[in-house]
Amino acid sequence: MEHRQLKKIDFEPLQLKQSEAEKIVGESTSYWKDAWRRFRKNKLAFLGIVIILLLGIMAIIGGPISGQNYYENRLLEANQPPSAEHWFGTDNLGRDVFARTWYGAQISLFIGLMAALIDLVIGVIWGAVAGFFGGKVDEILMRIADVLYGVPYLLVVILLLVVLPQNLWTLIIAMTITGWINMARIVRGQVIQLRSEEFVMASRSLGASNGRLLVRHLIPNTLGPILVTLTLTIPSAIFTESFLSFLGIGVQAPLASWGTMSSDALPALQYYPNQLFFPAVFICITMLAFNVVGDGMRDALDPNER
Amino acid sequence: MSKLLEVKNLSVSFDTYGAEVKAVRDVSFQLNKKETLAIVGESGSGKSVTAQSVMRLVPTPPGKFVGGEIRYNEENLLQKTEKQMESIRGKEISMIFQDPMTSLNPTMTIGKQIAEGLIKHQNMSKKEAHLRGIQLLKLVGIPTPEVRIKQYPHQYSGGMRQRAMIAIALSCNPKILIADEPTTALDVTIQAQILELMRQIQEETGTAIILITHDLGVVANTASRVAVMYGGKIVETGTVDEIFYEPKHPYTWGLLGSMPKLDTEQEELQVIPGSPPDLAEPPKGCPFVARCPYAMNVCSDYMPAYTSVSSTHEAACWLIDARAPKVDIPESAIVEGKDIYVI
Amino acid sequence: MVKYLLKRIGYIILSLFLIVTVTFILMKAAPGGPFASERALTPAIEAQMNEAYGFNDPIHEQYFTYLINAFTFDFGPSFKYVGQEVTEIIGRSFPYSLILGLEAIFIAISFGVLLGVLAAVQHNKFGDYMAMVIAVLGISVPSFIMAAVLQYIFAIYLQVLPIARFESFAHTILPAIALATTPLAFIARLMRSSMIDVLNRDYIKTAKSKGLSERVVTYKHALRNAILPVVSYLGPLVVTILTGSFVIEKIFGIPGLGSEFVVSVTNRDYTVIMGTTVFFSVLLLFSILIVDLLYGLIDPRIKVTSKEGDK
Ligand SMILES: Nc1ncnc2c1ncn2[C@@H]1O[C@H](COP(=O)(O)OP(=O)(O)OP(=O)(O)O)[C@@H](O)[C@H]1O
Ligand code: SF4
Ligand SMILES: [Mg+2]
Repeated sequence: MEHRQLKKIDFEPLQLKQSEAEKIVGESTSYWKDAWRRFRKNKLAFLGIVIILLLGIMAIIGGPISGQNYYENRLLEANQPPSAEHWFGTDNLGRDVFARTWYGAQISLFIGLMAALIDLVIGVIWGAVAGFFGGKVDEILMRIADVLYGVPYLLVVILLLVVLPQNLWTLIIAMTITGWINMARIVRGQVIQLRSEEFVMASRSLGASNGRLLVRHLIPNTLGPILVTLTLTIPSAIFTESFLSFLGIGVQAPLASWGTMSSDALPALQYYPNQLFFPAVFICITMLAFNVVGDGMRDALDPNER
Repeated sequence: MSKLLEVKNLSVSFDTYGAEVKAVRDVSFQLNKKETLAIVGESGSGKSVTAQSVMRLVPTPPGKFVGGEIRYNEENLLQKTEKQMESIRGKEISMIFQDPMTSLNPTMTIGKQIAEGLIKHQNMSKKEAHLRGIQLLKLVGIPTPEVRIKQYPHQYSGGMRQRAMIAIALSCNPKILIADEPTTALDVTIQAQILELMRQIQEETGTAIILITHDLGVVANTASRVAVMYGGKIVETGTVDEIFYEPKHPYTWGLLGSMPKLDTEQEELQVIPGSPPDLAEPPKGCPFVARCPYAMNVCSDYMPAYTSVSSTHEAACWLIDARAPKVDIPESAIVEGKDIYVI
Repeated sequence: MVKYLLKRIGYIILSLFLIVTVTFILMKAAPGGPFASERALTPAIEAQMNEAYGFNDPIHEQYFTYLINAFTFDFGPSFKYVGQEVTEIIGRSFPYSLILGLEAIFIAISFGVLLGVLAAVQHNKFGDYMAMVIAVLGISVPSFIMAAVLQYIFAIYLQVLPIARFESFAHTILPAIALATTPLAFIARLMRSSMIDVLNRDYIKTAKSKGLSERVVTYKHALRNAILPVVSYLGPLVVTILTGSFVIEKIFGIPGLGSEFVVSVTNRDYTVIMGTTVFFSVLLLFSILIVDLLYGLIDPRIKVTSKEGDK
């Protein structure tokens, strides 16, 4: 055990370096740093982000670069396979599938983002108010949320689409009817948890207003779960849109959507599978990308998951 | 005194995010027939990992056995296959866990949970196992066992669940019973009852017990020998009397100092300042060096060797070295006879 | 037990009342709806409707007539098809949807649980990654695309299964799989995380410490506890299957209730819309009740009965 001859000095009292004991790292910054480090390690999620960016770019420039438009019927050119002129071929009315695909991407991404945004605004306000004021307010707000939550969402959306005039905004509004509830619950839970913590008490006793507290302390702390929910809201909105459009009660002609394109292509599946192939592949890729990114964010933000 | 179990130079690590947590380092101890060995140490010192290693219940991965041997019946348990271990667990060695609230399966009746071991190890029929279960519940002091045996854990109180756990552990007459903080989660009166039950059972069955605890008060009238663990290492072993009346290691002094005594007020309790070492990067020398009031230069670089104080008493501390300055046991760590029966 | 059931059924009736009322208001608000003042109907249907709903009565009387009709499950004649009662349409089409739905539920649960358990047992190994890749794919592929892909592969390309309609068991295979895909993937993920969680619990260590084999520990101790979240998911599962049937029945040309509903929506056949909505609601509310009772059976901590005195 003894590697060298021990001297007298070895048995003198040890001067401790106190620095070790005091090493407490700033917790909140290292949380986000850790999360970012974990997320970066997840190659799949990273790929997802790249794909989403590419889809976004193509949604904007896809139509223009093809030199075709998405709405013009040219019956003489119907049902063509992919060619130099029509990169993804044409559909049963002779419309350019490439241009329609990217126009559909615009619609899908727009609806996904809008639905997420509306969910975010309603959910955060609803949840924060319920959690912050507690008591009766909380009870009433959350009971309403519970009732809405129990209702089959697609059924409600369909019924609303029957009643309201059919356009894109109706679709978006109908879709956000119940979507915000998850968000509200998460925000409420976090707010209640944080409300009881000391720093809120402290700043309250220093006279900070409720609104200021919400903005300065509570919202930043709930950011993680909110981000995850938002990312996972987008694919579900995109799915709902394509589902309704597929049924013919979503996006209406001449607008193109991946759902209507799929539905139009289905009867001729046997002869022109390519007409279905493109919208189908892009719906799947988009949903996959958002799901993978959402999962990656959840794993990164919550290390206990794995 | 015949040896029943011998742990030699056991080292266990866990692979976690980028670091290797060295939870147990070079631990050796032995357990004799019919005795109770207490392993004492604060939270995170590696007691549970040591205990679970004996049963090979450490999850691998993330855990791994880095080195050492666990000898039982002339065989090294670390070299047994999982199948071979199955016939040792529950039959030769069994275990009671810390939290009776979570250590019983909530969706299975107590009776079935007792019967499983009996059916597996003693080839009993379901019916025989049921009857034996009733006997066992009676043995551990559960009233109306015929009714209780058909109930689920949530219908039991905490103390009763721990009794049921003991019944399960004892069902196949094991040679060794490992009790990992069996009373920590219970309130004081129940604690005393459970300890009394274990003592009584040991008298009747002669099972050797490894009692894990962070509470020296529990040790005093339950165990015959004590091993003190700190930072993944055993720092001192000895008989109960030696540990209480002639402790040699400053950490043991600290533990004794923080034990409530009859003539001290609760507020005067001394806690050991500082926190345990980071087991991902344990200190090169003595694990206690950062918190030891007597630490010397040598302590930070060299691990002190185990030095025998008597044939049953060993400690790993440089203070025992002849060249070290003479240090007296601090006042707070001096225990008088009457003090140790606090529980 | 009886008291609990009565209470639950009371709640169900209350929810139904709300749903029925909301549908009334919606239909009233709908342009050209049955209760709106301007209707473009053939005289024959107009006469029938008048008889069934009393259109010329004041609004609160219309509402009461409608309430009573709804609770006796009489939604009057179809708005679009002369001589067809709504109840008839539902009675005729629902059996198809029921068979398809049960098949899909069976596939989703059995394969979902299996996949999830395999992934959890193989945690962080190859099998786990494979299972989770399959699951995330399943969640990302919409059922109508899955349906088209299945049709293309098995009916058009391989020609081993019929492409559409509902005439034999073979006809139900593709639609049931398409319907089951998303919930299957969801259950697999749910099961995996629940199983991983349970396998780390103390009572699993206890079971192992008794010397039970890995297999017994996994299937006898862990599975029953881990499956509880899946049981809670059965309610939402029924919803997913039900809404999924809207597209799947359309794609496979199955004359079930889902496609009737979609047709009634595109046709604005208001009485059928109302009837099916109320019918769906009843179905869902009762399946949630059944799920809760089932949960009580599996988890002894949730007691539906109150006969156990001591706790
Ligand atoms: N599965 C695991 N993965 C990673 N690290 C682990 C694992 N199990 C234990 N450890 C680490 O091993 C060290 C010793 O843990 P152990 O449970 O043996 O402590 P203990 O002495 O039993 O403490 P307590 O009194 O709290 O039960 C701890 O630092 C712990 O973080
Ligand atoms: S070896 Fe040194 S640091 Fe460790 S306990 Fe002894 S005196 Fe303290
Ligand atoms: Mg422990």
